[in-house]
Amino acid sequence: MTPVQATSFHHNLPHSEPGDVKISVRGLNFWYSDFNALTGISVEIRKKAVTAFIGPSGCGKSTFLRCMNRMNDLIPGTRVEGTMLLDGADIYGQGVDPVDLRRRVGMIFQQPNPFPQSIYDNVAYGPRLQGVKKKSDLDGLVEESLKRANLWKEVKDILGRGGLTLSGGQQQRLCIARVLAVEPEVLLMDEPCSAIDPTSVQKIEDLMAELKDTVTIVIVTHNMQQAARVSDYTAFFLQELAGEPAAMVEFGRTSDIFTSPTDKRTEDYITGRFG
Amino acid sequence: MSVQNPAASKSELTLVSRETQVKEWLLAALFFSCAFVAVLGVALIFAFVGWKAWPILGEVGFGDFLFGTVWAPSDGSFGILALIQGSFVVTLGALALGTPLAVGTAVFLSEIATPRIRSFVRPAVELLAGIPSVVYGFFGVVLLRPLIGELTGSVGFGPLTAWIVLAIMIVPTIAALSEDALRSIPMGIREASYAMGATQWQTIYKVVVPAAKIGIIDAIILGMGRAIGETMAVLMLVGNAPQFFAGVGEPVSTLTSQIVMDMGYSTGTHRTALFGMAAILFVISMALVLMVRLLSRLRD
Amino acid sequence: MDKRITNNIAVAVLWVAAGITVAVLGAIIIYVFVNGVRVLSPAFIFTWPHGVNSEGGVWPTIVSTLYVTILSMLICTPVAVLAAVYLAEYAHQGRIVSIIRFAADSLASVPSIVMGLFGFALFVEAMGFGLSMLSASLALSLLMLPIVMRATEEAIRSVPRYIRWGSYGMGATKWQTVSKVVLPAAAPRVITGIVLATGRAVGETAVVFYTMGQAIWLPISPLESGRPMTVHLYLLAVEGINLPAAYGTALLLMLMILGFNLSARWILKRYRKV
Repeated sequence: MTPVQATSFHHNLPHSEPGDVKISVRGLNFWYSDFNALTGISVEIRKKAVTAFIGPSGCGKSTFLRCMNRMNDLIPGTRVEGTMLLDGADIYGQGVDPVDLRRRVGMIFQQPNPFPQSIYDNVAYGPRLQGVKKKSDLDGLVEESLKRANLWKEVKDILGRGGLTLSGGQQQRLCIARVLAVEPEVLLMDEPCSAIDPTSVQKIEDLMAELKDTVTIVIVTHNMQQAARVSDYTAFFLQELAGEPAAMVEFGRTSDIFTSPTDKRTEDYITGRFG
Repeated sequence: MSVQNPAASKSELTLVSRETQVKEWLLAALFFSCAFVAVLGVALIFAFVGWKAWPILGEVGFGDFLFGTVWAPSDGSFGILALIQGSFVVTLGALALGTPLAVGTAVFLSEIATPRIRSFVRPAVELLAGIPSVVYGFFGVVLLRPLIGELTGSVGFGPLTAWIVLAIMIVPTIAALSEDALRSIPMGIREASYAMGATQWQTIYKVVVPAAKIGIIDAIILGMGRAIGETMAVLMLVGNAPQFFAGVGEPVSTLTSQIVMDMGYSTGTHRTALFGMAAILFVISMALVLMVRLLSRLRD
Repeated sequence: MDKRITNNIAVAVLWVAAGITVAVLGAIIIYVFVNGVRVLSPAFIFTWPHGVNSEGGVWPTIVSTLYVTILSMLICTPVAVLAAVYLAEYAHQGRIVSIIRFAADSLASVPSIVMGLFGFALFVEAMGFGLSMLSASLALSLLMLPIVMRATEEAIRSVPRYIRWGSYGMGATKWQTVSKVVLPAAAPRVITGIVLATGRAVGETAVVFYTMGQAIWLPISPLESGRPMTVHLYLLAVEGINLPAAYGTALLLMLMILGFNLSARWILKRYRKV
């Protein structure tokens, strides 16, 4: 079997206008020390849309997601090659502040991770970092963010209670509210539903549909049905041989990828022949 | 809530500001300095105790100091061999008594005790560690000394009294660290042993304790460090006669207790000799720590 | 011998070992309590010792002990906590870190008499602080440093990395993440470490003996001398002149340390629930 080569763009992917693209990636390679984990990734993340990354576990989709807000910088020995542009500006350009980038490109993780503080303090965390001090401003931001995360009704009377006392699904929406409070332009979601109960999954999927008008969403999921339900675009990642770098096999409109994939490997994965 | 995020039109990414860089660097430097205080502390102890002890090499000489058999400062005799022997006699005796008790307690806590009993015994062990050494010494003086005195037909000051009290004092150190070592052994190893029909004791004796061996040895070494450096309790119990060991009921003296005995009135070479003894204690304690380090490297 | 019989005997022996440990603790506590409680009274606590036999109370020694303990806690805590932040969050594993760890381990095992002589040579004589609260606090804080450092580092490391990611993932700097999320999350265990180290300082004798002195004196300024409870107890016990007062002092000391231990447990238990 030949190692995965460059990405094949879907034949009927419409040409994008420059203004439609939020994040544009060209020829990205990623290393953990000596291990080349990702190779030759090129993709365009559209505004006002949900883009899903699918693929078997260990195929590098989370790693790629974490490149988009430079979370991988926190792991010593990682290295990135290629270009990744946010609104045309190079994310990995010289002197770029990863901290400010992460405010604009927020992240939700697999494990809900509220801080061991009150619900209010969790949501107010980001605005406080930005220097918002006035109680009335914070109150407004907290309420608005919790409303956007569809959590307000459930917690409005218990804002002083610890964030960890909520159920798993509520915790995940609290984390979403916490990120929304700093008004990110992009929301990266790393398997946000894999550690919570099924009824909460529904709520988070609904939330994504509501949020995508204001925030560009990228979601990593191992659940193909979820990708089909929530996303407008889908990218399929694959690492064909252990020890070889993973790559993106196919990218296109979700409807096309799931009905008429151009690549045999995508088809095999979607129809459940492996993974 | 505005639908269009104001920042979205911005196509430039913020660069790391000089201010942020400087601030983060200064913070990292501050934290490093704090961590370096530990190194500085050890270096200062070494330097100051060493500096005060140094003249002993010229005034008495290394050999006469370390191997001289007579400690009689008023006569100008500064041999500390008897004190070194006293320290080791007291320490080894305490270890011999305390180790079985401590390791037994540790094994009990990790292998036998139910969570309920453990939640009662473990705090007791920790409280035992918290009792000040001067209280142990006092306890030994008022309660144990008369008993031992009757038993040995002496005044009751001497190695035996010190052994018993020191043994109790090192139990918490050895027990707590040994228990940590035992508990870090994966459950699967025990289950494998039981599955082959081993009894609880066989599992402990043949599987669990050997697997935690190095951790337990570490614990005993650190317990030894605690015993050899112990001052107040020993001072109150050994009798403080700078002579060689002549029996469990005969007074001896140790490096630590002799320092306290003499420090108040010493001058000149006498005081230098006391600092020399402190330097030797410091070197011994460092050597024990180094031993533990080397052992844990062996384990990894 | 039948292996079941061996097993039963061995298990019984282990029960006895643990039993002895607990019994010894009980014996010490009961003995000191029974003998000490007789002299314990407001007058004993709040009056000064007087006369050749140290009749009367122990008030100045309590003040001296609390003074020196609180001062050393104030000196030690910021340094130890930030040092632990360095080791847990900032340092890259390497030579420097292993040197720092070795130094901390060595510091933790320095015999207290050596620390006492060192404090005497450096703080009392060379730096000219004299026999004082300050000299004693500096020496004691060096003794407490490795304990608080280790407790803090373990507490920081036990904060899940997911929680850190949550903070980084929304644009917090390293220091913001550490100071606003990690340290608050680690706080109960850090405080427990500080309280236990402070308890250790309360019971310390040899160090304060040579750095604080033994003057019966109510210290106000940090450059004044005093006599801590431990030294008072030692002098009473050795001279054997006033045993009731010795029992009383021992009981007060034990109660103080028991108080520190129990409050450390209480802090941990209480905040574990949240």
